[in-house]
Amino acid sequence: MEESKKVTGQSRRSFVKQTAAGVSVATMAPGVVLYSLARATRHPDEAVTDEVRWGMLIDANRCVDGCTDCVTACHEENGVHQLGRPATDAQWIRKVHLRDRQTGREYGIPVMCQHCEHPPCVDVCPTGASFKRADGIVLVDKHICIGCRYCMMACPYKARSFIHEDVTDQVAHAPRGKGTVESCTFCVHKLDAGEGTTACVQACQHDALIFGDLNDSDSRLSRELAKYPSRQLRADLHLNQGVRYRNI
Amino acid sequence: MKAVLIQLLLVGLMLMMGGAVASDRVSLPKYPQPVGDQCVEPTDIMRREHMNFITHQRDETVYKGIRGIAARHSLKDCIDCHVGYDAQGRAVPINSEGQFCESCHNYTAVSIDCFGCHRTTPDEVSKVRQFTGKP
Repeated sequence: MEESKKVTGQSRRSFVKQTAAGVSVATMAPGVVLYSLARATRHPDEAVTDEVRWGMLIDANRCVDGCTDCVTACHEENGVHQLGRPATDAQWIRKVHLRDRQTGREYGIPVMCQHCEHPPCVDVCPTGASFKRADGIVLVDKHICIGCRYCMMACPYKARSFIHEDVTDQVAHAPRGKGTVESCTFCVHKLDAGEGTTACVQACQHDALIFGDLNDSDSRLSRELAKYPSRQLRADLHLNQGVRYRNI
Repeated sequence: MKAVLIQLLLVGLMLMMGGAVASDRVSLPKYPQPVGDQCVEPTDIMRREHMNFITHQRDETVYKGIRGIAARHSLKDCIDCHVGYDAQGRAVPINSEGQFCESCHNYTAVSIDCFGCHRTTPDEVSKVRQFTGKP
């Protein structure tokens, strides 16, 4: 003991301190490496984290009037069948037609769940069915949804739909049934599978929709947002939506 | 109370299955043979606990997004293996009469809520379908 003290020339206390520091660095370093890998592509067997925040940028100038490819693709991907009853049919995404009264400019934009950071639908849900996942996706846990539709009233974007009728022939990755509320999931099954995109973005032939990770400054989404101005719908509500619009 | 009744029924069911009593008033459930020879857990555990497994799994999947191999108690995978096929080789809904879920739930008089929302047959990208080549 005396020998080692002489060699290193340090007290027992400082030896312990330094060793402990060395270990923590050593264990942290591989952790950091894993962490940065996990951020790029999360393994489907790992829980989602808030390292990623999914978001979307929609360019109204590129969105072509009369084109509804995103709507069709979304509803096909998620097995949302239209029954020819527009008043009650579910809509996960819809084209909203806008007209500037002063200039006469007319344009359409797709509107879906805006995946707010502070979602009003989650605030009002009496059962906790409406929730925000760690990666910013706002979802409904239909197992505990009682179909009260408070969330539909609270949502400023009219993003949610109630299912009024029995549903059959659902797709396996998007269970949906009578008496529950549903909305855009950002194609959560695709994201969990590591595809990193959504059906509507894949379907858009005009590059009007850009999907990506808002937390990753290298993603195309973040670079576009940093370059040119964009807006959130009803930004005055301070909900900090994940979906942003350009040229509206 | 309901849970206790269900447990009693299940225990009764298993006793009958084990003892193979010939004088049963109600015949034991019959259902199509599943794919493969091993379920994710031993059969006796699955009979008692399958609802707990899938209830736990649903939370892991819905809230944590776990959908890979770790989602071993996924309802989707139950259906993939246990669904029956008709003479034309088409999958028969698993909650229809005489099929895997319905036959036993009918026998024990326990209603199933799953299929109000969940698909009752494997979909096109089912792992087991690709494996077995069934349509």
